[in-house]
Amino acid sequence: MSAPSFTADQTSRRSTHRAPAPRRAARRKHSVARPRRSTVLTLLMGLTAVYALMPLAWLVINATKTQKSLLDSFGLWFSGEFALWDNISQTLTYDDGIFVRWFLNTLLYVVVGAGGATFLAVLGGYGLAKFDFAGKRAVFATVIGAVAVPATALAVPTFLMFSKMGLTNTPWAVIIPSLISPFGLYLMWVFAAEAIPTELLEAARVDGSGELRTFFQVALPLLTPGIVTVLLFTMVQTWNNYFLPVIMIKNPDWYPLTLGLNAWNQQASTAGGQPVFNLVITGSLLTIVPLIAAFLLLQRYWQSGLAAGSVKG
Amino acid sequence: MTAVTPITTGRRPPAGVSRSRRGRAGWVFVGPFMAVFALVFLAPIAYSLYLSFFRDQLVGGTSFVGLDNFQRAFEDEQFWAAVGRVLLFLVVQVPVMLGLALLIALALDSGRLYGKSFFRIAVFLPYAVPAVVATLMWGFIYGTRFGLVGNINEALGVSLPDPLSPSLVLASIGNIVTWEFIGYNMLIFYSALRVVPKSLYEAAEIDGAGEWRVITAVKIPAIRGALVIATIFSVIGSFQLFNEPSILQSLAPNAITTYFTPNLYTFTLSFSGRQQNYAATVSLVMGVVTMIIAYAVQLRGMRKEA
Amino acid sequence: MRTMTRRAMRGVGLLCAAALSLTACGSSDDDAAAEKTVRGSDLRAALKEGGSITVWAWEPTLKQVVSDFEKEYPKVKVKLVNAGTGNDQYTALQNAVQAGSGVPDVAQVEYYALGQFALGKSLEDLSRYGADEFKDDYSPGPWNSVTVDDAVYALPMDSGPMAMFYNKKVLDKHQIATPTTWDEYLEAARALHKADPKAYITNDTGDAGFTTSMIWQAGGTPFKTRDTEVTVDLAADKGVTAFTKVWQKLLDEDLLAPIESWSDEWYKGLADGTIATLSTGAWMPANFVSGVESASGDWRAAMLPQYEKGGEVSSENGGSSLALMKAGKNKDLAYAFNEYANHADGVQARIAGGAFPATSADLSSKTFLNTPFPYFGGQKANEIFARSASQVPEDWSYLPFQVYANSVFNDSVGKAYVSDTTLAEGLQQWQKAAVAYGNDQGFTVNK
Repeated sequence: MSAPSFTADQTSRRSTHRAPAPRRAARRKHSVARPRRSTVLTLLMGLTAVYALMPLAWLVINATKTQKSLLDSFGLWFSGEFALWDNISQTLTYDDGIFVRWFLNTLLYVVVGAGGATFLAVLGGYGLAKFDFAGKRAVFATVIGAVAVPATALAVPTFLMFSKMGLTNTPWAVIIPSLISPFGLYLMWVFAAEAIPTELLEAARVDGSGELRTFFQVALPLLTPGIVTVLLFTMVQTWNNYFLPVIMIKNPDWYPLTLGLNAWNQQASTAGGQPVFNLVITGSLLTIVPLIAAFLLLQRYWQSGLAAGSVKG
Repeated sequence: MTAVTPITTGRRPPAGVSRSRRGRAGWVFVGPFMAVFALVFLAPIAYSLYLSFFRDQLVGGTSFVGLDNFQRAFEDEQFWAAVGRVLLFLVVQVPVMLGLALLIALALDSGRLYGKSFFRIAVFLPYAVPAVVATLMWGFIYGTRFGLVGNINEALGVSLPDPLSPSLVLASIGNIVTWEFIGYNMLIFYSALRVVPKSLYEAAEIDGAGEWRVITAVKIPAIRGALVIATIFSVIGSFQLFNEPSILQSLAPNAITTYFTPNLYTFTLSFSGRQQNYAATVSLVMGVVTMIIAYAVQLRGMRKEA
Repeated sequence: MRTMTRRAMRGVGLLCAAALSLTACGSSDDDAAAEKTVRGSDLRAALKEGGSITVWAWEPTLKQVVSDFEKEYPKVKVKLVNAGTGNDQYTALQNAVQAGSGVPDVAQVEYYALGQFALGKSLEDLSRYGADEFKDDYSPGPWNSVTVDDAVYALPMDSGPMAMFYNKKVLDKHQIATPTTWDEYLEAARALHKADPKAYITNDTGDAGFTTSMIWQAGGTPFKTRDTEVTVDLAADKGVTAFTKVWQKLLDEDLLAPIESWSDEWYKGLADGTIATLSTGAWMPANFVSGVESASGDWRAAMLPQYEKGGEVSSENGGSSLALMKAGKNKDLAYAFNEYANHADGVQARIAGGAFPATSADLSSKTFLNTPFPYFGGQKANEIFARSASQVPEDWSYLPFQVYANSVFNDSVGKAYVSDTTLAEGLQQWQKAAVAYGNDQGFTVNK
């Protein structure tokens, strides 16, 4: 735990000892703004990367194994026949291709749930940042306070309520609760406060633009990077949502991927059930691949969004 | 005010125009969020509060019991043991995770790394892994027989302690949580650092400050807001610790009791034990405890700033 | 095989009458039991008219039963839903009952959990359909479990008479004789672990189901219920003391592999000889075939070791039933399905799929008993299982809140597996938790 702090310490010492090369200094004045690259620091970062990636490597390696060689080979290296493609096709076709159905369900939950959550957070964040109204100060306090109550115990009351409304066992039971992202609201609040000059809004109002029109035409374009950020966070949350669907959905046709994988995992502990650890592992891999792809694709937006949306003192 | 308000909001009361019209417009924007929020958070909490005054028995049915459930919660050793456990977790894991995340963010921000964007994405990737899958993977790594720990023991002829034994299991869970969320927090810090105005560095440099000095005197104070909010969300996350212990429980049932964390305890109460009324009570008490701690964190964060 | 046994079933008069003329029996049976005839024809009418029912079950062989049933009664649609295994499903069931919506028509409930649902008045009494006359059709263990006083709360679906499965290859290699008593078992455990420090006689990390089964075999009756008066005795009960005497030694000498059952390590251990024996229910062979494929031919089944030399006492482990939910919508159809699955043709389909039946006719049928198990080197393992089923003590009963009690088992007894706490101490702590819970739920426990 102390290693990285040593790193930072060391780099700082280095930077004080070594004056920036004159050529560099000519382009950029300051060593802090344009420092030399450090091999030591990179190596230490490498350790962190190994820590972050090792379990993922395990997942990838084991997705190439058959159920049999999974059980009798060393975990962090390939073994037996290379069964990745076979595993993938098995995963996609097992039990009448239910995995594909789960995948589509998850997609639905993410598009509507995370999309809706982002929309509500953007609206709310903008409202909090740019308007003064009665009860405003209480809003965030209430949100944080409510989030502090353990979700597990709220599950049963929520279930009973949803059940009375006839929402259990329908996609709505998963979607409606995922529409709330407190952190998204917070992020959009800060972001809107920074990214939208109040003068711009005033100008639009002077031109006679209504509040909603001003929002959609003036504010929304400026908020795009922040929206992408919140979208990514809510997507991850919805994609990985587990606890609530467990309670709300009892029909495998509406399972999201996480529930489906867990059901497959449990199959090993059922009398007469068939253990399919290889499919669980391959399914897990297939579950995270789309998210990783989304990260990489949206990386550019997402960073500028976070950058502007972060808190400044 | 019991929670964090972004520091930025204090800056500008929007000038002019009829305040009441603008006030209504404000609610038009915040209203949809709050409406759904009321449905999925406030209503269940209100319902829980209602439930907490009753008792439902297998024999005898439902009866009003006043504050009995609260009294029981305050005297419940298992509950407070669970609270103590997450407090310990909080005191150790949160600073370690946030500290590491901050150091990584500073390293990325320093511009002294080769392959910066690789590291940025690598450290963030675990956040994309569902807790179910993450725990599955770490369960393998922790295995003393066929897992990585077992492999190491065999290869080096050593005997590492079992990460899932009662004395180590909390640390092992801490490791999983750190692994999952370090990238998430790193990213929040990193992006906060990205917008610290360059002019601040310049001033410091002119004063002859070294990089370490710039970090402690300029960068960290500049991102205090991000630090405070990340801490508060981590505090809440620690108090609600559930997924990781719950999934690891199937591998270490004797080390992870059904009252290992407050959340696990309320889960057992309401799901295996059909004691929803008492579970609701425990949750409300837990919510209050969490809010007090979050408030303390915020007060401390704000005081520093002054 | 299916048609043949169907004919065989026809030969059993009682079974036929009891089958309520669902499929196999002709109309002449209707006269035999006048009162039932009405019900039988009601069911037939319902089946003819059609409709749809929802069944919550995780038992894999029901899939085949559902498709056969739908083929036979094209107008009936059965929605088979896996709502989770064991406790997960009970939780969902309890939630649905409480919410008053989304309750299935039929639900799979393990024997140990039936009491809790029956007491909660969530289950339909099947004697209304004449199921109270099925007593002789099922082996005694399961039948006792589904009946409370005169009410029948479910039809037994399968059963788990216990047997000891052992890895013959491993025991032979170390020249260890198959243990027939628990004392011999202890000796075998020592010899095996000494010969190969990596091998263990079995795995155990504390399992409520196994522990209660062991106490059951030892003649224990730690749980007694009369109306709402419950006694829990996990201290002086003779079954408890007999069990802890053996098991504490295995624990003290580190002779039990600390491998969690059903984990991938466990499957590995069963395959590679790390775990040499497994004492469990007769439903296990299907899991061996699908999960421990590579050890095919290594394993055999034997009678459960005895507490007393020459004894002939066995026990039940696991097994479940199908119950009708009171809040279900289509009860007649639901019952018709239940009976088809557990008292008529469905039984054969399920046996063919690897399930172990609870029906006495099948347990004594020559075809069944003579079935060779290629996995067990051609052994006729059903002979052993059927014998075991007939040796189960009948005076056993679970707690009316066993689901909860089992869920907190590892909090207390689990300590015996990871610390200096003894099993006896752990069991007494478990008793304390059970007593407190029972009293809190309105029972009168140990008072």
